[in-house]
Amino acid sequence: MRLLSQIATRLISYFLVIAFGLTTIFFVPRFAPNDPVEAMLAKVSSTGSFMDAAQSDALRASLTDAFGLQGSLLEQYGRFVKRVLLTGDFGPSLAMYPTPVSELIGRALPWTFGLLLSSTLIAWVLGNFVGLLAGWRPNKASSRIMEAVAITIYPIPYYILALVLSILFSYIWTVFPLTTSVHGAPWSWAFVKSVVWNSILPAASIVIVVFGWWVISVKAQTTALAEEEFIRYARLKGLSDRRIITRYILPNAILPQITFLALQIGLMFNGSIVTEILFEYPGLGHLIYTAVIQGDYNLLMGTISLSIVAVATATMIIDLIYPLLDPRIRAR
Amino acid sequence: MRKFKIPEIGSFRLGLGLVLLFIFVVLGVILPWFAPTNPLTWYKSPRNQGASLHHLLGTTNLGQDIFWLLTWALQNSLVLGLSVAFFSTLIGVFAGLAAGYAGGWVDRVLSFLMDALLCIPSLPILILLAALFGGQLSLPVVGMALVLFNWPYPGRQVRAVALTMREREFVNVAWFSGESSLRILGRHVFPYIAGWSAANFINTVLVGIATETSLAVIGLSSAQQATIGTMIYWALKYQALLSQRYLWVGAPVLSIVLMFIALFLVSSGLAIRSAARRIG
Repeated sequence: MRLLSQIATRLISYFLVIAFGLTTIFFVPRFAPNDPVEAMLAKVSSTGSFMDAAQSDALRASLTDAFGLQGSLLEQYGRFVKRVLLTGDFGPSLAMYPTPVSELIGRALPWTFGLLLSSTLIAWVLGNFVGLLAGWRPNKASSRIMEAVAITIYPIPYYILALVLSILFSYIWTVFPLTTSVHGAPWSWAFVKSVVWNSILPAASIVIVVFGWWVISVKAQTTALAEEEFIRYARLKGLSDRRIITRYILPNAILPQITFLALQIGLMFNGSIVTEILFEYPGLGHLIYTAVIQGDYNLLMGTISLSIVAVATATMIIDLIYPLLDPRIRAR
Repeated sequence: MRKFKIPEIGSFRLGLGLVLLFIFVVLGVILPWFAPTNPLTWYKSPRNQGASLHHLLGTTNLGQDIFWLLTWALQNSLVLGLSVAFFSTLIGVFAGLAAGYAGGWVDRVLSFLMDALLCIPSLPILILLAALFGGQLSLPVVGMALVLFNWPYPGRQVRAVALTMREREFVNVAWFSGESSLRILGRHVFPYIAGWSAANFINTVLVGIATETSLAVIGLSSAQQATIGTMIYWALKYQALLSQRYLWVGAPVLSIVLMFIALFLVSSGLAIRSAARRIG
């Protein structure tokens, strides 16, 4: 019963957060000084096309309709929420007319998802491993060096690291591709190989930074745990170091990190946007950038609404899974 | 044993961080006043010079002296980070104290607002703002948007402290001996959260500069002002990498990395120290 009410509270706050985010997104363009319709008209006429007054009025009307800007504010709001939550239909993209925005997002989403998921997992495994070893013998030289390295890389933003990596490995020592280009038939061996090859640098920039964080925090947890009574008991019982680390320390040190992961998803997503733009990696971040550069209003609203819903959903899923993994929380 | 060990590590970090930070304050606050001309102006110096005594870090494609440009960029970035941190902390402390002390629906509304703002990825919304303002946001506007997303961190923490404070014996004693609430806050609660607030303040400086830089690197911050991010943006835009002018990109990248390490060392050093004091 306790668990059910916890889940219900979490779900309510999930929907409130999404409502809050979408409302913000809805009102920002309405208070911005630039009217997206006029901006688009200016863009069309700057290409040298001539329109008489009737034609430009017609274009204005159809753009207003395509952007969902006709009707009263309340009507617009209702339509906007329906678009995002129910139909997922954001109208056609203007930069890539007439491809629907939802199709473009659908194409980009697996890239971002794959990038974030795989780099989080790799960083998690490596970081926990190194952090555990360093925390178990905190005064050894190698442990201190690992911690110093972690402290040095953790504060660097992903995109700065991405820039450094691309300078080192794409300009100076040209091993990895500068921008992403995938070839081969979908899901053939060549395709998978080129996806992995192109993702190595963007993923590395995320892995390295997140790795730094896991080392710092798992090491602190492990060092604190090693002084606990039950660890001393295990040691007196004559258990091997290896068994104490894997059976006694590992579960206790790793589980609390999951809540941190929930808080970090938003920041990791922020980081991946810039990393994707720098590497021209065809994910959601790059799509947002395309929308900005092309002045594609529908695409911009679509990608940004979706990223908020996606991050809120991922955070909620982690929050809901956590009690299932950690018996101490469940019992409470 | 433990009581002595922790402050020692914390102090070393803090010391190293403060020394590094001092260098950046000299570079970013004092040196800009000595710049021979406005380093943003084009063609004041010969173009594409390498490092020399005359131009310490060489010049850009547009005839700007990279060294003096960097000092201006550091100044703008530092001022932006400090103001974002100042206002975020100010709003956060007030909101946190209000939520923690008032309780009831004030607490519920404020807590919800803080949680919502923490959950929402800030960069997409900032990009939306920048795009709709034609990519020409001024630095103060960027700063205000950053404050909006950063006050919940101190806010939540202060609220948690304020909640436990309500139950603490020494606060009750002060209350019953007739001290005013303002005095209780100032004399008893504030010292408790000061160390942590300082750590968080420095961390917010870091986040503020990092977020502005990320907007700037993709060309969506104020392109007319020199910040570390816009320096990187223009260097990339003018193909500094293809023409192998690594100093042009390398100088801002290296200084932002070192500055972030310094800020992180100071903030984590402060956090360790205040945690140690609370234990000891």
